[in-house]
Amino acid sequence: MYGIGLLKGLAVTMRNMVSPGRQFTLHQYPDRRVGLLGLAKQANTNLVSYVLREPAMAAKSLIGLATVKDRMPQHPRFRGEEFVWYEERCTGCASCAKYCPLGIIEIVTHPSGDAMQEGEKYAIDVFDIDIGRCMFCGLCVEACPYDAIHMGSGFEESTYVREELVIDVDRLRSAPKRPSTWFRPQLEGKGYQPLDGQEVSWKDVGRHQMPDDSELEDRWAKR
Amino acid sequence: MDLPEWLAFGMAGFTLAFIVINAMIMSTALYTWFERRALGRFQVRLGPNRWGPFGLLQPLADIIKLITKEDTIPDEADRPAFTVAPVVLLLPMLLVVAVVPFGEDSFLGRLNVGILFIVGVTSISTIAIFVGGWASGNKYAMLGAMRGVAMLISYEVPMALAIAGVLLLVGPALPADAEGFAGISSLALSKIVESQVLPFLLVSPLAFLVFVAAASAEMSRTPFDQIEAESELGSGYHTEYSGIKFAVFQLAEFMAPIVTSIIIVTLFLGGTRGFSPVPEQIWFILKVFVVIFLLLWVRATWPRLRIDQIMAFAWKGLFGLAILNLFVVATEIEFLRTSDGTLSTGSLWLMAAINWPVTLVSVVVLARLLGHGRMDRPEPSPSPLANMYAEAE
Amino acid sequence: MAITTEPVTINLGPQHPSTHGVFRLRVTFDGEEVVDVEPVFGYLHRGTEKLAESRSYVQIVTLTDRLDYTASMSNNLAYVRAVEKLAGIEVPERAMYLRVITAELQRIASHLMATGFLLNDLGAFATPLMYCFRERERILDMFEMLCGARITLSYMRPGGVFQDAPAEFWPALDTFLVETPGYLDDLENLITGNEIVLARTRGVGILGDELAIATSVTGPMLRASGVQWDLRKADPYEVYDRLEFDIPIGVAGDTFDRYLVRILEMRESLKIIEQCVDQIPRGPIKPDLPFNLRPPEGDAYAAVEGPKGELGFYLVSDRGIAPYRCKIRAPSFINLTPLKEMVVGWKVGDLIVIFGSVDVVLGEVDR
Ligand code: SF4
Ligand code: SF4
Repeated sequence: MYGIGLLKGLAVTMRNMVSPGRQFTLHQYPDRRVGLLGLAKQANTNLVSYVLREPAMAAKSLIGLATVKDRMPQHPRFRGEEFVWYEERCTGCASCAKYCPLGIIEIVTHPSGDAMQEGEKYAIDVFDIDIGRCMFCGLCVEACPYDAIHMGSGFEESTYVREELVIDVDRLRSAPKRPSTWFRPQLEGKGYQPLDGQEVSWKDVGRHQMPDDSELEDRWAKR
Repeated sequence: MDLPEWLAFGMAGFTLAFIVINAMIMSTALYTWFERRALGRFQVRLGPNRWGPFGLLQPLADIIKLITKEDTIPDEADRPAFTVAPVVLLLPMLLVVAVVPFGEDSFLGRLNVGILFIVGVTSISTIAIFVGGWASGNKYAMLGAMRGVAMLISYEVPMALAIAGVLLLVGPALPADAEGFAGISSLALSKIVESQVLPFLLVSPLAFLVFVAAASAEMSRTPFDQIEAESELGSGYHTEYSGIKFAVFQLAEFMAPIVTSIIIVTLFLGGTRGFSPVPEQIWFILKVFVVIFLLLWVRATWPRLRIDQIMAFAWKGLFGLAILNLFVVATEIEFLRTSDGTLSTGSLWLMAAINWPVTLVSVVVLARLLGHGRMDRPEPSPSPLANMYAEAE
Repeated sequence: MAITTEPVTINLGPQHPSTHGVFRLRVTFDGEEVVDVEPVFGYLHRGTEKLAESRSYVQIVTLTDRLDYTASMSNNLAYVRAVEKLAGIEVPERAMYLRVITAELQRIASHLMATGFLLNDLGAFATPLMYCFRERERILDMFEMLCGARITLSYMRPGGVFQDAPAEFWPALDTFLVETPGYLDDLENLITGNEIVLARTRGVGILGDELAIATSVTGPMLRASGVQWDLRKADPYEVYDRLEFDIPIGVAGDTFDRYLVRILEMRESLKIIEQCVDQIPRGPIKPDLPFNLRPPEGDAYAAVEGPKGELGFYLVSDRGIAPYRCKIRAPSFINLTPLKEMVVGWKVGDLIVIFGSVDVVLGEVDR
């Protein structure tokens, strides 16, 4: 009343301007403007030694031109593009294709003649995922009984042509193996972070511990 | 060789105008950057920071973008009027700067009736807004233009009355001097600045309040931004504009806060007056900056009023306050003035001491009258028609 | 001679800054005054109900995310509850608590958005909106921890939730619970006492309790009209019967009440989450179910108190892997019913504000 509410509002905005209690809503990406302090922090030195070591960069930062690379903070469970697919694990059962709500996975296989003892493995001819229509729901990942397909963690797949958004089997083979931990709780808790860049081999992504050689021999002997 | 007088005058005038107009445009560009950065900080985001140091080149990028954009004119539009409206809106902003003293001798036109000139010239913008909205042939633009005319004309009244209150304080014109020049009348801005031994903000806060409110309505900023009201009307009277015409509209719109701040500083904050080691021009710019920031702060915080509330506020609220202010100041002067009609510094202080309580009381009374006691909220009582607790029993 | 003026008809939307999406209102103005409104729907129609008939029960969860995209969790919850009722699935305790926590977080997020946009419609140059978004961002961050997505969550599955919360979720939730009340105070300082907001919203767009009930309005809009009706209390589902919370109601059913009820509800939601965090047991989060459910023949309707109102799913099964019919009771759509009664006689600016205070999401209106 009497404009006191208005003044209170002004106080709130001013407080948020001079010292935002919480962080900014926005995150600068892919590079971030930094001041001198930020630069020194990134180089892991104190201010003075940084200025002495890299005067050019320091001067740049003073007129607000210095940038450093940065990325979005992201949880390991983030469901991203670039599916991570392990050919070694995939049997071509096409469960993933069946469970995709949009039906955008296409799989063509033929009997490979490999591994006849275990019941013959199928060779994958076609494994197309049309990520232009994918909604990254992760149901395919949930459906795969062999832990062969995982969500990726990237989100920078933009192209100029729609066709390029179809990920084919070659791209799946060569894509970096940095699976998201979505629906793969076994990957969690090991301190694994897809953004760190370390890759995970097919042996480690399974739900079950891989038996070691002696155990395997043992098992085979019993058969 | 002597130049003919008209030519010399013309050349000098042209050069000065060139400098001032460009300076205004550059400072407007700078201001857009400042406004966007500051608003960004208010809204806990960053604002433009990519292009150039601290994003300073952003206005340049904006201008290039706007100029290279296609300049569309709707079929329904009245072409000549549609084209001329942006320029007409820009004109008064630039004209006002011509008469404002930036320092004791930094003048463009030392006009004897400066303040009258300002009041007259700024009312041109009403016409520009109406022409722009009407000529677009768009219903949203038309609504914006209608609101614009109603609002701008209404707010000119309290604004002029507030100025009249200030002019009373300035005192009588100086008598004509020996060379026969008419003395500087109290309408001249330099005289107004000169007589502010005590800033008029202190002496008559009521006039300041009324003037600032009216001025922010005149430049259509929150809480009075009915003309554009982007959440209601798209963007009001310039809905149909694009390309360079839109750029000119935006220029005028962003120039308005600067010009308004300049006038406020001149009328109420002692203009170029300051303390001696720092030059007057710096003082002036500093004060203008502070006022601009305050206006921005308000803009970042408050929502807008509805059109009928705005009109009611002008006629029932500000108009009354302005009249009251005029009356109080006139009475005080009648009793306090010295024999030659001027006021001593002591009596200015006395007036300040009287006017502040008057201001507070009148604002409270006004809030009472306009608020209709609507502000308190009774305790809610559940409706008898449906009550889930009753059913559960 | 008297000057006669004609009413003007204006299309507000589908491209308009404050129709909250692609909504179209054909409004007839007499000067500034609204004489008539005629809403035009369907610009965002995607045929969700029809699509559901050719998806398996789990796959439909992904469709529900896209109904009310500001409150995917609540949509998930309403849908999976309908499936569980249909198929008679028991839900583990822990999963129920997780669902309640996420649904209440989602309610806060949705109300924050509603408040922010209402203030934006009031013309407050995006500042309150950005403050609201800042807080909502933290909720979305927590959702990202839970299920790897921020908007289209697909977190729940018939029978439970798809995955337990990671270790870092609980500390994040705790800090959120500690800090948010202070933040809400901040927001209220900025808005609730603001004379301009009061002048713009008090007594504007009144929806009486009688009309509200007659037009089957639900959610905060109904409660703002003074009707004490909340499914969480009236028909407790999940674990709501074990939690203590109040149902805030409004005084007059005007725009300000609708705003205030949302703010109060956010505070109640915080209380609920706190209790859940205290009570949540350890245990499984999902029973072992086949991926393709085949519920017995029959039908089931389950509703939850979503952020916008009663959100219900009606499913009919013919023993197939997909429902025979899926009907969605979308609160946003039904809450628009009394729009005309609320806005006629008010000005253009009020129309926008009243519409904003109804808080609709067009994904849900058009489905
Ligand atoms: S993420 Fe979802 S939409 Fe995308 S391929 Fe997998 S199942 Fe299909
Ligand atoms: S990725 Fe998994 S589900 Fe898909 S074909 Fe391979 S093994 Fe089957």
